Amino acid sequence: MMAASLKTLAQLLLLLTVSPLVSGFIKTLKARLQTRRGPGVLQPYRDLYKLLRKGMVIPETASWLFTATPYVVFLTAGIAGLMIPMVSAEAPLGLFGGVLAVVYMLALGRFVLALGGLDTGSSFGGLGSSREMTISALAEPAMMLAIFTVAIGANSTSLSEVARTAIGQEWRFLHPSQMLAFAALFLVLIAETGRIPVDNPATHLELTMIHEAMVLEYSGQYLALIEWGGAIKQLLLMTLLVNSFWPFGLRLGWSLPGVLIGLGYLLLKLMMLSGIIVLVETTNAKMRLFRVPELLAVAFTLGALALVSTFLF
Amino acid sequence: MLEALFNGGLIAYLTGAAAGLVSIRRPLVARLLAFGLAACGALLQTIASGIAFAQGGTARWILPSGVPLFTWGVRLDPISACFSLALGLLALAVSVFSLGYLRDWEGRRNIGVFGFFYNILLLSLTLVFTASNAFFFLLAWEVMALSAYCLVTFEHEKTETRTAGTLFLIMSHAGTGFLLIAFMILATSGGTLDFSTFHSLASRLPPGEQNAVFLLFFLGFGIKAGVIPLHVWLPAAHPVAPSNISALMSGIVIKAGIYGMARVFFDFFDVPPLWSGNLVLAIGVVSALIGVLYALMENDLKRLLAYSSIENVGIILIGFGAALMFRSFGHPHLAALALIAGLYHAMNHALFKCLLFLGAGSIVHATGTRNMERMGGLIRGMPVTALFFLIGAVAISGLPPVNGFVSEWLTYQALLAGFGTTPSLARVMFPVAGSLLALTAALASACFVKAFGITFLALPRSEEAGKAREVSLSMRFGMGVLAAGCIVLGLGAGWFLPAFDAVTEQAMGIRVSSTLVAANGFVLSAGTARSGTVSTAGIAAMMILISILPALLLLVLGRRSRRSTGPTWDCGLPGLTADNEYTATAFSKPLRMIFSALYRPRREIQAEFDISPYYPTAIRFESEIEPTFEKRLYEPVKERILALAGRMRAVQAGSIHAYLAYIFVTLILLLLYGARG
Repeated sequence: MMAASLKTLAQLLLLLTVSPLVSGFIKTLKARLQTRRGPGVLQPYRDLYKLLRKGMVIPETASWLFTATPYVVFLTAGIAGLMIPMVSAEAPLGLFGGVLAVVYMLALGRFVLALGGLDTGSSFGGLGSSREMTISALAEPAMMLAIFTVAIGANSTSLSEVARTAIGQEWRFLHPSQMLAFAALFLVLIAETGRIPVDNPATHLELTMIHEAMVLEYSGQYLALIEWGGAIKQLLLMTLLVNSFWPFGLRLGWSLPGVLIGLGYLLLKLMMLSGIIVLVETTNAKMRLFRVPELLAVAFTLGALALVSTFLF
Repeated sequence: MLEALFNGGLIAYLTGAAAGLVSIRRPLVARLLAFGLAACGALLQTIASGIAFAQGGTARWILPSGVPLFTWGVRLDPISACFSLALGLLALAVSVFSLGYLRDWEGRRNIGVFGFFYNILLLSLTLVFTASNAFFFLLAWEVMALSAYCLVTFEHEKTETRTAGTLFLIMSHAGTGFLLIAFMILATSGGTLDFSTFHSLASRLPPGEQNAVFLLFFLGFGIKAGVIPLHVWLPAAHPVAPSNISALMSGIVIKAGIYGMARVFFDFFDVPPLWSGNLVLAIGVVSALIGVLYALMENDLKRLLAYSSIENVGIILIGFGAALMFRSFGHPHLAALALIAGLYHAMNHALFKCLLFLGAGSIVHATGTRNMERMGGLIRGMPVTALFFLIGAVAISGLPPVNGFVSEWLTYQALLAGFGTTPSLARVMFPVAGSLLALTAALASACFVKAFGITFLALPRSEEAGKAREVSLSMRFGMGVLAAGCIVLGLGAGWFLPAFDAVTEQAMGIRVSSTLVAANGFVLSAGTARSGTVSTAGIAAMMILISILPALLLLVLGRRSRRSTGPTWDCGLPGLTADNEYTATAFSKPLRMIFSALYRPRREIQAEFDISPYYPTAIRFESEIEPTFEKRLYEPVKERILALAGRMRAVQAGSIHAYLAYIFVTLILLLLYGARG
């Protein structure tokens, strides 16, 4: 019990501290690739600190749901983050849920966030909610196929179990089914975290916003919670991807050296994945909203091919 | 004890029906007596079925009817108890809800007659779930259909209601016809009409008859359950009924079809034909997906809920179909898991759909409209209804930690495990079904963001919505019972699932709950120690525990910050009004365009202007989607039948001489036939 609480606490701290770092890293790397200097890796921390100390303006039209939303978004992301293996093959809350629970916890956060967007009564909120729900719905089948592929390999939906079976066969990601599933999940990651070419996290241009439109009325502390929740969600999805497919450095159990090695490897893997994301973001333009389904159809096809290749190869 | 409780419930329903008829002229007495007695009956039924379900045995007895030559046999076996329990809970909630809901009807409509049919519906539903022979079952089935028809068409002044009622009646009877033939085939082979002799009888029939029996039952029960493409009556009939009846229809009457399927698939059949599982799974997936896609396009709150019932029946059938496939592949443990997933979803759907319909009923009661485009901002006037509706919306979207999530999780686990059950290509069906189920669930949550968000949030879109006030205590109580049920079945799933052991033991001869439940019921697992676990109670506990963190952060860091209210950003225009809000139509627009191959949307915009087209004086906007099934499948069939009937009219000349000739010719033919044999 004591050990379990310590592990949970440790991973929670990790989620809270590393998630802004990943956002900052991606932003800086992107700026460098576009020959800008960028704000520095630590900027998200400063933003969060500033927002957390600021006052906020609540729209007159909003109900209690608007104020509950930031907490739910933050909590669902945090708890989902505790269900995935980060620095050890054993997730602290693995018993409470596997990959399905992670997906559905994030869906709960999105559900409430979309309601928060509608609650303000502005067109932007509704527009963002509508688009976010549409895109996430279309991303779902591709994600589930890829998850099925991974889960069938481990014969389990428990992420700790997935990681445990992956240990010892680190190079299995070269298997066609794994590579296809990785590609499918990568596209889903792009859609779920609202990155180019699906959404642009840096835009506030009225007609192209998706996620930003939904949270447009949030300010101050609530905005901080939502942004932090979003960063945790991004971190956990990226970790899910790298640890399921590249289980390098993962150890069974929690020992201090093992965890430190795991942390080092995790940061390295996250940097690699961030690099790929930045490359995709820099070399692509944002798609029209109605081209996004085509991209997600590609992801679905990749997922289906991944599944078929599990028994063809 | 059990028998006395259960019979007491039946007597309460009967007395309630009689009380309704007797007090036709006294609306107040009729309302209190008919629905009070119904609530008592429901309570007794809930207790009796609850005990029977928890004990897991089979109780049977004969109702002392006094009708000669015919036994009114009642059997409360695990499958019956499961559905009877759901019915009892729903009937309790709806009866109490009706006490308040019908207050407005006094002096406008005949509450006595309504109470009579209402009690008869509950009585016949109870008997459908518990009848122990085919004849009695079909009798109860017909009474159920007829009383439901009378209730659905109670507000018969509107043409829409009458048309929907007629469609319901026709399709319902077509379904009964299929059932009748199927039961006759079984009875010929078994020699009796008793359900206990039907146990695994169907599997002993010759293959041709087996297939026929399966198909006939699937068609007959499928119409009642509203599976696609037999669903067209459902979105027509459920919304036009008074809301308390809609709640019963969508919550439990369609479950009569599900009950029938469970009875046939897992009791009458031992090992089903190989193709049957594929068929049921495929139909389940199609129903789920198409049901939710149509639900998304609806702006009529009750029609939206009706289409979502089709979706959920599809999810139940995914569980059933997978169970059938596992049985034919020889994996009873997985079959048990899939069956539990389906039955649990049936029970969950009964609770949350009834809750949502009662919520919709409260909204219609308060605003006088079913059109979501005229609602909005109701969360301020009706905070309690809003909270209950939100719980229902979260549950139906399959989100943790409430009950919809648990049954969908079990379904996913069954599908996932299914991949290894067969070397044939049929195994691809499982992951594909799983991914389409994921799409369905995600679309359902989009659908219920729309249903809740447009209805309850932001500014009121009409004067009536602005004036809407919270509904009466009894109506809130009815919804509260169901909302609590959704939470209990979600958080306490691990303590509830062992009750299904009796069902799987009856159907497959095995008990699986010891593999499904770990840590004293706190954690659910998917069959084996390593195949994945989930704990809704754990998730809920963690959410409460961790919420200290953001609360502390905000408290400590924000101690000097100020919190103020201000207007929503209106792009600099003078003030935000309800006209600026996103509408229900707009919310579903992206999906309407993406799935335009299915919807075939049509829209028409006419603008009038004086000087320049940029300054229109009036705009008329019309948008609709094509009702594909009605137009492409049912319209041609209807036309054929009408054409045939037109030709038949020649025979029906109306002349007495012609009829005498018909009788004479028939008589001669019969005599010849008799002489030959």
